[in-house]
Amino acid sequence: MDFLQHTFMQRALIEAVLVGGICAVIGVYVVLNGLSFIGAGISHSTFAGVGIGLLLGVEPVLTALLFAVLVALSIGAVSEKSRLRHDTAVGIFFAATMALGVLLIGLMKDRYVDVLGYLFGNILALTAADVWMSLVMAAITGGIILALYKEFLALSFDAEVASVMGLPVRKLHYLLLVLIALTVVLSVKSVGVVLVSALIVTPAAAAWQLTVNFRRMMLLSLFFGIASSVAGLLLSWYVDIPSGAGIVLTATVVFFVAWAVSPRRRSPSPPALR
Amino acid sequence: MSMSAAIEFRGVSVRYDHLPALENISVSIPSGSFWGIIGPNGSGKSTFVKTALGLLTPYEGDVRTLGRVPADLGSLRARIGYVPQYAQLDFSFPLQVIDVVAMGLYGEIGLFRRLTRSHRERAYRALDRVQMREFADRQISALSGGQRQRVLIARALVVDPSLLILDEPTAALDHGSAEGLYDWVNRLHEEDGMTIILVTHDIGVVSQYVDSIACLNRSLVAHGRPRDVLSGDSLEEMYGCGAMLFGHGDVPHMVVSAKDAGKK
Ligand SMILES: Nc1ncnc2c1ncn2[C@@H]1O[C@H](COP(=O)(O)OP(=O)(O)OP(=O)(O)O)[C@@H](O)[C@H]1O
Ligand SMILES: [Mg+2]
Repeated sequence: MDFLQHTFMQRALIEAVLVGGICAVIGVYVVLNGLSFIGAGISHSTFAGVGIGLLLGVEPVLTALLFAVLVALSIGAVSEKSRLRHDTAVGIFFAATMALGVLLIGLMKDRYVDVLGYLFGNILALTAADVWMSLVMAAITGGIILALYKEFLALSFDAEVASVMGLPVRKLHYLLLVLIALTVVLSVKSVGVVLVSALIVTPAAAAWQLTVNFRRMMLLSLFFGIASSVAGLLLSWYVDIPSGAGIVLTATVVFFVAWAVSPRRRSPSPPALR
Repeated sequence: MSMSAAIEFRGVSVRYDHLPALENISVSIPSGSFWGIIGPNGSGKSTFVKTALGLLTPYEGDVRTLGRVPADLGSLRARIGYVPQYAQLDFSFPLQVIDVVAMGLYGEIGLFRRLTRSHRERAYRALDRVQMREFADRQISALSGGQRQRVLIARALVVDPSLLILDEPTAALDHGSAEGLYDWVNRLHEEDGMTIILVTHDIGVVSQYVDSIACLNRSLVAHGRPRDVLSGDSLEEMYGCGAMLFGHGDVPHMVVSAKDAGKK
């Protein structure tokens, strides 16, 4: 446990637990609602938010937060108001906001910007303030999901009947998109805008392979998310590879193991599974 | 508007974008009655039901459900059970039968609160009513189409509704199961005084049970006692619902489609 002597490793470990946990929990709803591509769209758009912050000299995480929430709401509105399909709306935002980010960062020729850090994350370079900010965002996101656990479930399974029952389906849908945005921003510094969507989707997808019980899927995903993040971090410490890559690749290995042993894969409708 | 109407439409038109799906519908469905709603594919039956439930907002006209504008139903929502048309739900969802049925109670339980033991017991009782209790722990992907349909009906019944709306509930059922379903829906009507609104294509069977039939074909072609509606011989009725009925004999089934009928 020699690595724990370093402050940056202590911070990285806390961050890995926060990011891995929250991504995995929101990921369950993302996977079950088929929002994977939306998650990717929101996370890439965050890059433009980072660019704005850097250009204005404001903390990039704050501008990224504003920007990501705005984009999440816009994707919701565009796909609701026009007949555009979700994926078309996302496809447009995806490219436009990435381009905007590149443009903004390109404008700062005279300054050094750690572009790779925002794209792929660097969990070993966090300040104490970064970790505190993550902690606050993780508490908000986790708290809301815990409180509205069953409402998000009803929304995901059957929005029409949920609406007839009087659940505020539209608000819940937008709230879910905002929570995805929060999760993405929370993870920007540690895994980066490009890799975060993988960390959201992969643990939940692995959990889905192994259980047909929603609660268990949630707990398994949480476990896979945290375990992959921590293992990936240690891997990058001992083998000296980029941390974001280490984390996402570990999660991917977990997914393929789950897939390989999955009863769902072996039988399309698993009557024996409880 | 009379308080004793479960559902009342006054001059209601509903559009999708600019395309009319229902035009100038006026009808009053009394509390405690059993209505069948018939009409060819695309004639606006589901649109009618969704408008009554507040899922769609009319372009013009007034809707009252249980005496209120659907958007203001509030706690009255707990008195409505709704079984959507063969639901395009994702049955690979990680849920067991009992979880799906208990979901019917989420509106009543309210935001932030959790499911209690008594909620689960009510869910078991609802499963009893559709003879599915033994499947309570079964994963929903491992059910047949008819069993899935029954689970969705149990989800609608779990709140003990006073108004039950079923949109083609027998589409996935075999003949025997369909008759069984009509039988016990009728029992809910007769014993519990539940208002039943049943969208269906099984006109022959349904006319034995229902008090009234409404025949939709974008507009309300006819409504009244089954005998009167189904023997109607005005030109419009012939081309609306009559065609569906008589089509079961020698004439080819479903001679007229919604688009040709009456309009244009
Ligand atoms: N979401 C929608 N967007 C646009 N048009 C729609 C939508 N839903 C239904 N329509 C149109 O409105 C009309 C009425 O549809 P509706 O679903 O109410 O028919 P229905 O009588 O229930 O038919 P079926 O017997 O096939 O269930 C149809 O012409 C249909 O094409
Ligand atoms: Mg229909």
